[in-house]
Amino acid sequence: MNADELAARIREHAPDVLAARGEVTAIVERHDLIDTLEWLHDQPDLAFDLLSSITATHWPGADPAFWVDYELRSMSLRHRARVKVGLRGGDERTPSVVGLYPTANWHERETFDFYGIVFEGHPDLTRILLPDDWDGHPLRKDEPLGGVPTWFRGATMPPIDERGMA
Amino acid sequence: MAAPEMAAARDDLAEVPEFRDPATGELRQETMIINMGPQHPSTHGVLRLVVELDGETVIRCSPVIGYLHTGIEKNCEYRTWTQGITYVTRADYLSPFFNELAYCLGVERLLGIEAPERARLIRVLVCELNRVASHLVWLATGGLELGAVSMALYGFREREIILDVFEAITGLRMNHAYIRIGGVLMDLPDEGPRKIRDLLRVIPRRIDEYETILDENPIWRERNEGIGVLSAEQALAFGVTGPLLRASGVAADLRKDMPYCGYETFEFDVPVRTEGDAYARYLIRIAEMRESLRIAEQAIDRLDGTPGPVMVDDPKVGWPPKLSVGPDGIGNDPAYLRHIMEESMEALIHHFKMVTQGAQVPAGEVFSAVESPRGELGYLLVSDGGNRPYRVKIRDPSFVNLQALPTAVEGYLIADLIAAIASFDPVMGGVDR
Repeated sequence: MNADELAARIREHAPDVLAARGEVTAIVERHDLIDTLEWLHDQPDLAFDLLSSITATHWPGADPAFWVDYELRSMSLRHRARVKVGLRGGDERTPSVVGLYPTANWHERETFDFYGIVFEGHPDLTRILLPDDWDGHPLRKDEPLGGVPTWFRGATMPPIDERGMA
Repeated sequence: MAAPEMAAARDDLAEVPEFRDPATGELRQETMIINMGPQHPSTHGVLRLVVELDGETVIRCSPVIGYLHTGIEKNCEYRTWTQGITYVTRADYLSPFFNELAYCLGVERLLGIEAPERARLIRVLVCELNRVASHLVWLATGGLELGAVSMALYGFREREIILDVFEAITGLRMNHAYIRIGGVLMDLPDEGPRKIRDLLRVIPRRIDEYETILDENPIWRERNEGIGVLSAEQALAFGVTGPLLRASGVAADLRKDMPYCGYETFEFDVPVRTEGDAYARYLIRIAEMRESLRIAEQAIDRLDGTPGPVMVDDPKVGWPPKLSVGPDGIGNDPAYLRHIMEESMEALIHHFKMVTQGAQVPAGEVFSAVESPRGELGYLLVSDGGNRPYRVKIRDPSFVNLQALPTAVEGYLIADLIAAIASFDPVMGGVDR
């Protein structure tokens, strides 16, 4: 199936599907997420058997402020698609898909760690890459790069746009 | 200590109240939780495993990661698209070319351009040599951990030959930033093809030697066979890709399934086995090295008949424009410097714009994936139309594969845990990014 055929096929279930640059993106509401992923997984002619990656992007000031991104791949049929869920700022919650794809466990923990998105129903939603007592979610756009105190001798690292200016 | 003394000492311990259950007064029979890492030599960097043991049997294992987190994804957002290559090449440091390739293919898709034929061949060539080098490190460290110390010396010795070739081609042994948006940094040096052909003659013989040492070695087989088993269903559920998945009987390889860089025009096989244990992974990786050398040989043959540029002819994208090797190493080409400084105002403006701003990339979102030595290495790239990435997400295969480790080691002995980790071949630079 090429991208346009794949998009047309997925549109039978989820109406909002784009095909651009040979990639297919389905945009769904969060209450439809599990249902859509299940459908994509179970259709014999789609057979998305690998959830390759989950991540998010942050668009402060926009609505939705967060997009959660599910990259799907069918190993048997050799095609890809992406499912996206938009979340309003201040209400960063979406259902966990660990029950459907066990691999989502660490991906969702990472997305929680970096963006503070809460995956409801996740068995152990804790930080994964950052220290347990880290404050904030560093990949949000309003978090600075650098400018946070280092953890030894009270030294600080200046923000990136102030480095080398002294 | 003589036997009666030992018995006496044990009786003394039994007198210690803490060793008895307060409710029943029975001696306590408990499991022990130990911490392996983050500096344990067998964890390939800074992986930490919290292991619960019943005697010598692992009953629970939970990986703790993040010790090598360097914020590569966040850093990329503050640099231009071109500068991003220098970051991503440092993620999985054993397969730098694959990181560069996946990233650049994604940016090229956003830009709607394709690298010239010669650049694509060079990309395939360096990536396949990189796969051999990466598997050699796995063989060397994995062998060392199981007591085959000579493998550590042989593996690194042969990797050195490959790194020498990389140095001749790119100027650097690791973290090359050689694959660029729209092509590669510069063409092969004059002595490049000869060096690569020498290498292609030497390495296969050395792989034969490894097989002589290990294939039928009773200790090697004893320690690897039936260890760290993952079934195909388990591997698929955990999103495992690469040699691990192919050792469990699933023939998935992006080079065949969704070819990029013209892999569909190369002749090679994808080794698959069904045992799913550490020994199957060993056999798969050895076979993959041979296949990679086969591809590299075809690539170098075709390079002879494929002249042409190695960078797209677009002054708004192609960077660096022209380099050459001088007595002090790689630097600006004198003819190019003369061109921009004395001949063409237009060229100087383009040069200035590329240095200060970099390429402008149209808004959009792509997921670009390649088959790295450890599995599917994917880059989700989001552009808002500027000269910097809005988001770079690295889907690193080590990160995902490591999730399956507890399933593969629970119920085995703690000594087998070492063999199982080695067979997973995680690279913490990629896991933690």
